[in-house]
Formats: sequence, C-alpha cells, structure tokens
Amino acid sequence: MNYFPDEVVEHVFDFITSHKDRNSVSLVCKSWYKIERYSRQRVFIGNCYSITPQRLIARFPGLKSLTLKGKPHFADFNLVPHDWGGFVDPWIKALAKSRIGLEELRLKRMVVSDDSLELLSKSFPNFKSLVLVSCEGFTTDGVAAIAANCRFLRELDLQENEVEDHRGHWLSCFPESCTSLVSLNFACLKGEINLASLERLVARSPNLKSLRLNRVVPLDTLQKLLMRAPQLVDLGIGSYVDDPSSEVFSKLKAVIQLCNSIRSLSGFLEVAPCCMSAIYPICENLTFLNLSYAPGLQGNDLTKLVQHCRKLQRLWILDCIGDKGLGVVASTCKELQELRVFPSDPFDAGNAAVTEEGLVLISAGCPKLNSLLYFCHQMTNAALITVAKNCTNFIRFRLCILDPVKADPVTNQPLDEGFGAIVRSNKSLKRLSLSGLLTDQVFLYIGMYAKRLEMLSIAFAGDSNKGMLYVLNGCKKLRKLEIRDCPFGDVALLEDMGKYETMRSLWMSSCEVTLGACKTLAKKMPSLNVEIINESEQLEFSLDDRLLVDKMYLYRTLVGHRKDKPEYVLLL
Amino acid sequence: MAKEGLGMEITELRLGLPGGGTEKNEKKRVFSEISEEEETEKSNGPPELQSKSQVVGWPPVCSYRKKNSFGDKDGSKTSKFYVKVSMDGAPFLRKIDLALHKGYSDLAKALEKLFGEALRDAESCEFVPIYEDKDGDWMLAGDVPWEMFIESCKRLRIMKKADAKGFGVLQSREALNGTLKE
Repeated sequence: MNYFPDEVVEHVFDFITSHKDRNSVSLVCKSWYKIERYSRQRVFIGNCYSITPQRLIARFPGLKSLTLKGKPHFADFNLVPHDWGGFVDPWIKALAKSRIGLEELRLKRMVVSDDSLELLSKSFPNFKSLVLVSCEGFTTDGVAAIAANCRFLRELDLQENEVEDHRGHWLSCFPESCTSLVSLNFACLKGEINLASLERLVARSPNLKSLRLNRVVPLDTLQKLLMRAPQLVDLGIGSYVDDPSSEVFSKLKAVIQLCNSIRSLSGFLEVAPCCMSAIYPICENLTFLNLSYAPGLQGNDLTKLVQHCRKLQRLWILDCIGDKGLGVVASTCKELQELRVFPSDPFDAGNAAVTEEGLVLISAGCPKLNSLLYFCHQMTNAALITVAKNCTNFIRFRLCILDPVKADPVTNQPLDEGFGAIVRSNKSLKRLSLSGLLTDQVFLYIGMYAKRLEMLSIAFAGDSNKGMLYVLNGCKKLRKLEIRDCPFGDVALLEDMGKYETMRSLWMSSCEVTLGACKTLAKKMPSLNVEIINESEQLEFSLDDRLLVDKMYLYRTLVGHRKDKPEYVLLL
Repeated sequence: MAKEGLGMEITELRLGLPGGGTEKNEKKRVFSEISEEEETEKSNGPPELQSKSQVVGWPPVCSYRKKNSFGDKDGSKTSKFYVKVSMDGAPFLRKIDLALHKGYSDLAKALEKLFGEALRDAESCEFVPIYEDKDGDWMLAGDVPWEMFIESCKRLRIMKKADAKGFGVLQSREALNGTLKE
C-alpha cells in the first residue's frame, strides 16, 4: 500500500509532530512503523516503569529528545513515601552507553543524582536542554557539572525541585566560552550565588530569552541584568525589595521601560509592595503573570497590578486577591485562558479569601477561560451551574474546597449537581479534580458526560462501588485515575480489569480494596504492575487476603516487575 | 522521615555537659534546659492549631509550594540545611539536615540516633556539642534561639569533654555549669 519511496513518506512524517499522531502513524503498517521509528526524534514516556531504556534505544536510534515522568501525581502531596522509585540513573547510564545523540532531557517527579547529572553532562556532546520539574536527589554540584561540561547548553530549567544547595559556585562553572544560553531558571535554588558571575554570564548570552532568578538575587543586580538583557521575553524576579526613593530603584524603573519584549513575569520571591509600581509599564504586554510565590502582597497591591494587564492569558495568583480582586481580573483580562488561585494559608479557614463569588465573576468576564485551578473555602451548586453556563471551553477544571467534605453552604446539599453541570456543558474536558461533599450521583454524571476525560482526581467522595464503576464504564478516554479516601472496593476494582490496560495508571489509597482483590487483579493481568505500598511496620505481607490495602498503585507496563522497588512496596 | 522517637536505651554515655547527673534512667540531654522551655511553649500554644488534625496530603498543594509560600503553618522550613557532623572517636562523619528538626532537643535525639554506636563503644565520658558558625568560630550549641542557630551553623562536632579545654569554650562552659547545677 506504499506508493511513495520511503524518503517521501518520511518527509511527510516530519510534519507530524504530536506524540499521539506519530504513535498512531507507527501502527498503520510495518513499513510505516519502520520509517516512523527511524525518523522519530522526540519521545514522551509518561511512566518510566512502562518500558526499559534498552527497548527505547533499540526502537528509536535517532532519539534526540526524551521526556520521562516518574512518581505518581499524589507524590506531590506526600502520599508516596521517600525512595519509592523513579530513578533516572539507569536511563542516563543506558543512553550514555548507546549511540544516541541526546540533546534534550525533560524529567518530572524523578529522583536525579549528582552522578547522573555528571554522566549526562559528559556523555552527549550536543546536549542542549535540561528541564527538571519536581525532581529531587541532586545538589548544586550536579548542576555545576551541567554548567561546566555542556558546551552548547541552551536551556537549564529547574522548576520546583528539592535541591540540596552546597552554596558552591555552580554558576561560575559556565565557561567563558558558553554563549549559547537561551533559558536559565534557577528560582528553586536556595543558596547564594556569585552575582558578578551571573552578570557576566547574562552579558555573554545574546540569545537569552528566559531568566528566572532565585531569592538571593537582589534588586540592584536585577537592574544590572536587565541592562544587559533587554531582549528578555520571560523574567522571574528574585528579591524585589528596595527603598523606592533610592537611586538604584530609579535606574530599575528606567531600564524596565526598555524591556518591552517581556511577556511573562514571575517570582517576586521577596517583595516590597511599594516597589510594584515600577512594573506597571511592562504589564501592558504581559501574557503570563505568576505571583503565586510572592509573599506579602495584599489584595490591593495585586488588584492595582492586574488592572494594567489587559492582554493577560494566564494568571497564577494567591487567594488574598479576594473575590473583589477577581472581579477586577474579570473586567480587565478579557483574553484570560488559564487561572490558578492558590491558598495563601491552607490550614486557616478563618480568613475566607475567595469563594464561589470570585469564580462566578471570572466565568462571566472571561469567555476564553479553558483551564482552572481554584482553591476556595466554599462552593455552591448555583455558582457551578452559572459557571457551566458561562464557560463551555474548559479543558482543565480543578476545584479544591479546603474543607474536603464541605456541602453547599446555602442548601446543605452535596455538590453533585454543580459538577454535573460542568461536565455536561464542557464537552472538551480532559482533566477534572473534585472536592466538597459528593455522592455517587456526581460519578453518574461524569460517566455520562465526560466523554473526553483523561485524568480524574477524587478525594473523600462517593457512597459505594457504583461511583467508581460509573467512571470506569463511562469515561472511555480515561488515562489516569487517582482516588483517595473513598468507599470504593473490590467489586469496583475487579469489574473490568481489561480497562486498566487502556489507562496509564490507577492510584487508590485509604479506600476499601483488599489484598486479595489486588492479588487477583495482578494474577489475571500480567501486563499490569500492581504495587502495594505499606508503611506500617507491623504488617507482614503473608497476612490475610481480607486485609484492607492502604495504598495501591497499578500501571500498565511492557516490561514486568521493576527491579528497584523499596522494601515497603509489595509487587504482586 | 522517622516519626517515632529514639527507641534507644539510655546508656552510660550520653551527650551531656559536665556537672550533670549520670543516672541511667535520667534521659538528660545536652539541651535539656532549652528543651524544657520549648515543651512548655508548645503546651501553651494556640489550642486551635493543636487540636486541628490535619489530613495527610490535604489540601492538595504540592510540597514544594507548601514549603516555599508564606503562611504555611505546618512548621516545615523553607530549605534544607545539611551540615556535617563529626564525633570524636567515630570513624565516619555524618550529615544532618538541621531544617528537619524543630529544636535543640529534637536535634539531640537525632544525634544520639546517628552516633548511638559510637556513644556506646567509647569509654565512659561526656560529650560536648559544638558548632562552627559563619564567622569560623567554634561555639557551644544551645545558646542562641534555634532559628538563629540553623542559619549560622556550618558544621557540628560532638567533642569529648576532655578535649574541650584546648578549644576556647572554657568560659562559656563555666557559665553553663552554673545553670545546669539543678
């Protein structure tokens, strides 16, 4: 069925860039499989235990860019114990031994060691880009190795990692010959850096477009850096504290006027509210603003700033902006697509910062809204129904009511109807997180309407196995399901075991699943790894099959049991 | 992170300043003075915070954000403060993250856990915990508030009391001898 020579087909494939599409293309026939695999440069592996590095290397000899994800999502909330897994070391070792000319590595929730980073930096002469998100296990020594050895480094992007800071001189390890940097993000590093080195590095990086500083970089250094790099598109400010009447501050104001390419602003890891006015000139052009790590900015400060941001498409902010502040966002930011409102005080429900009112205002004012993460103190069905009427383009809808089982405070009803309305009117919904008081009914709605849903996060919800079954039966595109503290048990788990082969993973913790059911599942489905995480020291795994399992994580895999599991994980 | 306490039997060798009693059952620790203070503070703390049982992993704010946003009240520190700890007579140095500990008593427990073996094996003698601060001076641990201590401590050493004489901490030791008489 192949009317064209291979080179022509390959050329056509060059235009097919999405992972999904390339995966589909490779399944058409043997010939296309072969052409596709030799021409594939970018590979995404959503679960590092689903395949081995050896098989990856064997199939895609032309690999240049690899994305790997390790721990399950709930690891972000301390539900996965330390040392569970997700080690990148075997991947880097295998790639280093091979002929792969790796240029880009992107890792999320993985354990990375300094040795791995050093091996990485020395094994791939064309290495260009390292992006680490929510990783841990390395120190600034590893970062130094990357800086020192990757001669053509373009991107070093460290996002929200736990990095042991040796307060060394990693920044000074970039050789004078390194002039290729396009993106440098070290906001998550805590230690001191050599400011003079930083200035020199920025000065010799004419292609630098993205720079995110850490908290120790003071305002006067910021001013000097902006002088050197007025071409920046993305800026993360470290410390933003000074006396507004100082000369340094005047210089900063002047140089900011020149930075008319900045579209994305974040950081403010230390901030004096009185200095914020200097930022207003660049607000006009901002498309992304992230103030979620800025301590001490009150609702007024935030509102005043936002009023200047007419072109904003993505806003990440703390809930101290308040419902009123969100009203200002709604009337100013007509291009808004993504909103994330984080709790400034997750454990104190006394100070109700944002409620359903703020969300309703946003939904009314921002017709392009498609992605939401909203931490609030309360929500009503009426509000959610209104939001569902106003917004039908949601791709991501994550609502977190700080009290996990809170009912609608007006009617005292569960929030089933509200979420039902959301899924009914947002047909493109791919990701949903639920909270508040919820019965099996909400899952009936989800199973009925959320036909494109790929990821669902559930906590403290539902009444019976029916809830989980509605979801498993109805959501045909489901890839990731994570459940905690719900009354779902063996019947739901075992009803349709084949379903799990169509998904990436299932997490269930503090539910009603027994050891016996997990064993049954593991036995019947050899293509799944069923892991039991048990931290209780008294438990012996030979105990009763009727025992309720504390945490279960199962995922499909092509390579069977992993060899690196810690003692407290039982692989069935 | 281990949640349980030390679980170690108290031995004849323990971290303690000279002049303290050496009864077996007395879990006297170097920072006993300070730890007693800390405990009283805790029990007088705001009742709402104490009685509130926080569900693990809720609200679902990722741990990096929890540690790095202001207003988090769960007591976790913003960064790691790993320092080397050496103990006279122990063959290997250890590393400890000061940020993981809430105070001197917590630290003392952790040190006993790390060096339990060496403590047991050494000849019966007393130990003094000292630390090197940002200025390079060796200071007796326990004088300054905990937060100040973790900011300025660069390394820790558990020194044999007998060696203390040559170390210039003599003055402060005598001052403390007075306070520890009770």
